[in-house]
This record gives sequence, structure tokens and C-alpha cells, in this order.
Amino acid sequence: MGKIVIDENLCKGCTLCINACPLHLIRTAQRINAKGYYSAEFADKEGRCTGCTLCAITCPDVAIEVYREKKTEAKK
Amino acid sequence: MEKKFMTGNEAIAEAAIQAGCRYFFGYPITPQNEIPEYMSKRLPEVRGVYLQAESEVAAINMIFGAAGAGARVMTSSSGPGISLMQEGISFIAAAQLPCVIVNIMRGGPGLGGIQPSQSDYFQATKGGGHGDYHMLVLAPHTLQEAVSLTMEAFDLADKYRNPVMILGDGCMGQMMEPVEFKKTPPTNIPTKDWALTGAKGRAPNVLKTLYLDPVALEKKNLEINRKIQEMITNEVHVETYQTDDAEVAIAAYGTVARIAKTAIKVLREKGLKVGMVRPISVFPFPYETFEKIANKVDKFLVVEMSFGQMVEDVKLGVCGKARVEFYGRVGGMIPSYEEIVNETVKFVKEAN
Amino acid sequence: MQRELSKVFSKPRTLRPVAMHYCPGCGHGITTRLLAETIDEIGVREKTVGVAPVGCSVLLHDYLDIDMYEAAHGRAPAVATGCKRVHPELVVFTYQGDGDFASIGTAEAVHIAARGEKITTVFINNAIYGMTGGQMAPTTLIGQKTTTSPFGRSVEQTGFPIRMAELLATLDGAVYIARVSVHSPKNIIQAKKAIKKAFETQIKGLGYSMVEVLSQCPTAWGMTPIESTKWVEEKMISYYPLGEFKAPKRGLTNGKED
Repeated sequence: MGKIVIDENLCKGCTLCINACPLHLIRTAQRINAKGYYSAEFADKEGRCTGCTLCAITCPDVAIEVYREKKTEAKK
Repeated sequence: MEKKFMTGNEAIAEAAIQAGCRYFFGYPITPQNEIPEYMSKRLPEVRGVYLQAESEVAAINMIFGAAGAGARVMTSSSGPGISLMQEGISFIAAAQLPCVIVNIMRGGPGLGGIQPSQSDYFQATKGGGHGDYHMLVLAPHTLQEAVSLTMEAFDLADKYRNPVMILGDGCMGQMMEPVEFKKTPPTNIPTKDWALTGAKGRAPNVLKTLYLDPVALEKKNLEINRKIQEMITNEVHVETYQTDDAEVAIAAYGTVARIAKTAIKVLREKGLKVGMVRPISVFPFPYETFEKIANKVDKFLVVEMSFGQMVEDVKLGVCGKARVEFYGRVGGMIPSYEEIVNETVKFVKEAN
Repeated sequence: MQRELSKVFSKPRTLRPVAMHYCPGCGHGITTRLLAETIDEIGVREKTVGVAPVGCSVLLHDYLDIDMYEAAHGRAPAVATGCKRVHPELVVFTYQGDGDFASIGTAEAVHIAARGEKITTVFINNAIYGMTGGQMAPTTLIGQKTTTSPFGRSVEQTGFPIRMAELLATLDGAVYIARVSVHSPKNIIQAKKAIKKAFETQIKGLGYSMVEVLSQCPTAWGMTPIESTKWVEEKMISYYPLGEFKAPKRGLTNGKED
């Protein structure tokens, strides 16, 4: 289980993250950000994000932070 | 003749084509990129050659090669690139080859900025490269003048077998004005029997600049210097603007002169009789014109986009007969006509 | 089982918290981040000096929180050499584009490699001159249209594109030479490994290292960012193959213990 946080003000709407996400959980926002770009927004209503970081790896503006579940119980 | 609405860069490039230039070697640098870009499209249309060199050092040496082969050639650049070309320009002058070099000046020194400046005046007029030589340097102040001076530059280069520079700036290069390209009648250009074209049926030509024997080298230098003296006698271009009744004369060239013309209009409306001496050739410099004007006008305000380079030549021309003050903007800042008005008013108040 | 979300990806320390000026989708932003991550992971931020070029990455010193020079066009390897000879203990790198490394600076590129300077070059190859408005580069592909090859680059007029990685790999002083790409996450991960190995080559005093990074340039190529990544994949890689052209037989960890 994971999630991402996109800094709308750093995003330039290049859509590389949208293209990179294997589960299609990122989309273009309907509003313009302060710089005039339609930034990317995280759309994961069903909580399917695995925190794979492919979006953040490809983001040229380091606008994405990724969080992933840390299982604290040791695997048996 | 129909007018075309073009950027200064494009107009200069087209003027070169109209003057018969068929070879361009250059390298991208802001704010003159439109010149190589225009040439890359236009030269194939007239069966010329556009080649982007690997650097400005390579470009100026390609110019040396093509000029030495007898062709009308041009290159263009801005500050940092012109600095790289200095060795090549010295070689071209030493080998007595014709070529046209365009400097669209930007803020310096170092990488500087991409906005306009006039901070390469010393480099252009006082040598720039090593050794005793001079480029003939022309400074247009409108795009139409840039067109006519560029076309004239090729004739002058061939006439004197010497590099000629068109000294522009980023404002001129980027702005757009309507220009027309008038066909000028052919001038008396001697044939280039010195060119390297293959020694068929003639003794070989050698284009060299090394003379180990100082007697020979001095003789060569005298030959070059004789041409420079001829340039000084015959090729001074200057505009005197509303100087007949002037109490103050502004001295400016290029884009600054253009802005100064507006300042003069405003100053005259205020009741101040201001005129301008506008060098069009900054080498050879119109020292005599300044000396003559200094007989009637006792105040000169030199305005440049630099910390004061042409002002030294104005002082030489005026020769102590008048007060010379300086106002400049640097780093890519362009003086407004209001600043020039204020400086002139201040100068006149202080002087009286 | 407790579910805690921990941060697994964020801005590296060496990257300043500022917006980068690069165009949307540009590979420079990705590579700059990889450089910062590498510097952080090896732990050399305070002993690293970078040399920025003339070109789109001229403002690199605004993004990396390290000592930086800005060199004249093409001269970064010479500037880096001056620094490294004074401070051999520092990690010195140059970051250069097509004009800087493959055009005006080819002499400096050849000689820094030939001399085997313990310096690393990150060379961004986007087959064009971005900063000045999209003119042809020595790395521009045959047929590619640019503002100074308006009809498409022709072999007859301007010859063939230069493969800098292969060229420098012929020099004995060049110890680690690789070509990577940043047009997809998979390739970005490989690119980072190569950059790390290049830095290790320097730190272990083995010789000159260079990583050529194929990058998309959406603006100058006249494409959307996604289209431009496809262009790298479909057009650039066949001429500029990815891989390691030279690597020391031993001495680099490749992320694991040797």
C-alpha cells in the first residue's frame, strides 16, 4: 500500500508520470497552477497505489514524494 | 521596391546575400542566432554554402580559408564568440583577406547576458587581436542603415583586402522594421588574382603571415598600415544631427544614437539646443568632425551602453577644446530617452 | 500488522528546494536529480566541486548545493582539471551538453580523457542545441530538422553524428565510459547506476569517467514530452547504443560489494 504527494507548484504538466504509472492512478488536473500549467494530480480512490516510485523516478521536477507501507511485523 | 518586415539579424543576412555573399561559417550564440538560421535556409537557394562550425575558432579559420579562395564570406557572433575569433581576425588582416564579421553585442564581460550592450567597442576598434592591424568598423543605428552598411562592407572588404566589422547590438538584432534591399551599382573591385584557386597556368599563390626576417615583416606591416591610412583618409562616415545651432552635442552610435534622437526632440521642446555627432564608422573614427564641432560647441555628452569606451575617442577628437562628460548603462540595460534628457539637463546646469 | 506509511522517495539533500527552469519533460531535470542522489549516497557533498557548461544547464549551480564553477563554452574539462590538480582529494565533475562536449569542446574532451584525469563527465546528448533555440548539434541525427538544418541534416553537407562515448573509449586514460538514457524509469535506474560507477572510478583514483546520457528535448524537437521519450527510444538508441564501452575489470562495486 502506498501513496504519492504531488507538489502542484513544481509540476509543469509534462505527463511523464501519468505515462509511467502502471496502474493509471495519476491524471491531469482540470485547473491551472500558479505557473500556468495543468499539473498532474493523484487519483487513487480505491487505494491501489503500491508506492512503486516509477512516477517519482521519471519526474523531471522532483515534484513527487512517495510513501509506502512499512510492515512492522516480521515475515514468518 | 517592396519593403520587407524583418528582424535586424535577418536583414543583415539578406543584405549579405544581396551583396553577393555565398558562404557563411558561424556558430550559435544569442542574440544573433537568426543570422546563421536565416543563412542555413537562404544560402542553398542561391547555391551558396552554409556550414555551422564546431566553434567560433573554427568558424573564423573557415572564413580565412574561404576568403583566401577568393569568395565573399561572412560570419557573425556576439561578445564571447568574437573574443574567440580574435586570433583568426589578426591572421585574416595579416594575410590581407577580405571578409565581413558581424558582432551583435551583448552584455559582458564573461558569459555576461543576452541583452544589448556596446561594451565591445575597444575590442572592435583598437585591435582586439594581436599585432598592428585594424578592422574597418561600421555601426548602423537603424535596420535600413544596417542593410546598406552590410552591403557596403563587402565592397570595402574587397577594396582594402581587409576584414570589415558590422557593429550591432542585441536590440538591433532582435527588433523588426520594414527594410528594402536596393540593388547598388557594381563598384570597381580589383580581381582577386592573389586567391588560392589552383596554380593553373600561373605561379603559385601563397597566403602566409609568418615573416621571420624582421625587415620583411616591417615591410609587410607598412603595406598594411598604408591601407589603414587610406581607410582613414577615405572611409570616415559620420552623421551630424542638428549641430548647427547646438549648445550641447551628444555623441552616440548605434541603438543609443537612435534613442538620443528622441531625447534631442524632447530637449529642444524644453528649449535646450542639443545636437548629436553620430559616428557611423567607428574605425576610422571621425576625429576631425569632433574637432570642427568643438570649435562651436563647448559641451559634449557621450552616451554609450558601456562604462565609457568611445568617450576616449571623442576626447581625442575634441582635444581639450570642449568639456566631455559621459553617461552609460551596462550589463544589458538600455538607457531610456528620459535618462539622456535628464543627464543633458544636469550637465548643462552644472556647466553654467 | 501495523500499517505505517514511510517516505521512500523524496528530494535528495544535495538538490536545492527550488524550481528548476528546464522545459516540461526535459531529461536535464531527471539527470540533475540522479547526480544529487549519487552525491548523497556516496556521501561526498562537502568535497564535491562541479563545473557547469554553457547551455541549458548553465544554471546548474542554482540547483546543486555544492561548490560550482561556470565555465566558458566547452572549457569545463580544462577548468575541472585546474581545480583537481590543486585539490586532488576533491570529487570534481563536469556536466555538459552537445555543444559543450561534442562541438566546441572536443579538444578538451579528448585531452581530459587522454590525460586520464580523475574527473567525471556527465554528458547530456539531446541531439540539438537547446538553450540557443534549437540549432543543429554534432549529435543531430541524419535527416533531423533543426533551425540550422531546416531541410534535415544531410550527410553530404555536414557528415555524420559523433558518438562521443565510443570516441573517448579508444583512449587509454578513459577508464569508465558508458551510455545511458533517461527516457523511461527503467533506463533512469540504469543511468543512476552508471553515474555512481563513474564517481567511484574517480574516487578510487582509477582514471577518467564519462557517462553519456541520452535525453529528450521536447521543446527544440517540437514534440510533447511523451512523444519525445518515444523519439529517444525509437530514433536515438539505434544510432547511440546503450551500454558500458569501457569499465575497469575490478574495483567498482556496482551497488554491491566487489
